Amino acid sequence: MSRVTPSLTQAAFALLKRDLGLSLTRSGGPLLAIGFYLTLMAMIPLSLGPDQAVLSRIAAGLTWLCLALSSLLSLERLFERDYEDAMFDVLRLGPLPLGLIALLKCLSQWLGTGVILSLLTPVVMIILGAPVDMSLMALTSALLGSLSFALIGGMGAALSLGTRKGGVLMALLVLPFYVPPVIFGAGLMQAMQTQSSPWQALAFLGAYALFALALTPVAMGAALRSALN
Amino acid sequence: MVMELQVEGLALRKGYNLLISNLYFALKPGEGMSLTGENGVGKTTLLRTLAGFSAPFAGRIAFVENGAQLESEDVRARNIHVLGHHDALSPSRTVAQELAFQAKFLGGEPAAAIAALRLETLLDLETRYLSAGQKRRLSCARLLMAKRELWLLDEPMAPLDADHRALLARLMQAHLAEGGMLIAAVHDPLPFQTRDLRLTRPTREQQEAAIGV
Repeated sequence: MSRVTPSLTQAAFALLKRDLGLSLTRSGGPLLAIGFYLTLMAMIPLSLGPDQAVLSRIAAGLTWLCLALSSLLSLERLFERDYEDAMFDVLRLGPLPLGLIALLKCLSQWLGTGVILSLLTPVVMIILGAPVDMSLMALTSALLGSLSFALIGGMGAALSLGTRKGGVLMALLVLPFYVPPVIFGAGLMQAMQTQSSPWQALAFLGAYALFALALTPVAMGAALRSALN
Repeated sequence: MVMELQVEGLALRKGYNLLISNLYFALKPGEGMSLTGENGVGKTTLLRTLAGFSAPFAGRIAFVENGAQLESEDVRARNIHVLGHHDALSPSRTVAQELAFQAKFLGGEPAAAIAALRLETLLDLETRYLSAGQKRRLSCARLLMAKRELWLLDEPMAPLDADHRALLARLMQAHLAEGGMLIAAVHDPLPFQTRDLRLTRPTREQQEAAIGV
């Protein structure tokens, strides 16, 4: 019997393509997160009043908070759909280990939602009154931040897989780990506004994303293995 | 490449409940085995444990190729197909998309499988619109696309009509003739010669011994 086994990269690309397609089309796709993000941001001037001085001072910090919450919103169903459809029976018979499958799912979630939210971030900040010359740095930092959010959120989704009402549990598990990127991201914006160097905060954001990239696949693999038993 | 399955002293538990104890069997190329037994006796659990999806409570499952034991992770990725009684399909994707993904992820080409399982007319439908029997035929496509030695089938015939039962039986026989192996949990006997393994509930003494009372 002649076996055909696909290479690791071929299988990884196939999975990434499939999941990206699913995250863009299924149940509203990124529109849900985008709508949530924009609505939250629109409520800020309504609740704080239209004072330009106040808004431009807190715009950056609030944007980061809203980015974190919007990223969390769509992560709950990251593994749940494939779990309910028994798709993991097929995925586990492929050449990829579970941790790598989980990592690819997080990456497609990031590409399908996080990147789009990041692209909106500078726009939203400018609308709230942040200076225009901050937008490139805002975009870079939001990309790094949303990558961390997707990976850490994936860990929460894997841990709460198979529990009823896992969403709230997941938010409780995950939000403490969302604190560092929020601090560094908002700190970076503040540093730019006070004309001090933003590189330190950016380096911390990057380090946190790399930390999540290295460690969360191991945790997600272990959590999925126990949930799927 | 000649792979053999050896199961020695296998015991399986679900929660605190002992399902199977002291199970021994070996399966050689070209052999098919029907797994029978009343509901809840552990047929599905046994198949999932053989696939490496869950760990046995006791005993040993070994895949031996040319005298050397294979790593269970490699076996799962190269030598085993699992067809559960839930069809592993994403409801919002079309039949063609599912086939293309599975071909890339597991290996093989969809064309021959589409013809063999008469899926041509279904290709543009989203899988949520398929009937249970059509879903099962679509699930069977991956058995044909990626050639693997051991098929673990959980009630493969259940949703199929008479025509397609005969078709699937022919495909299973062809797989055995090629030197493949299969283990199928069934309630009605398969229409070709297989070995039979009837699972029975462990006795009360075995239960107690396992729990350690």
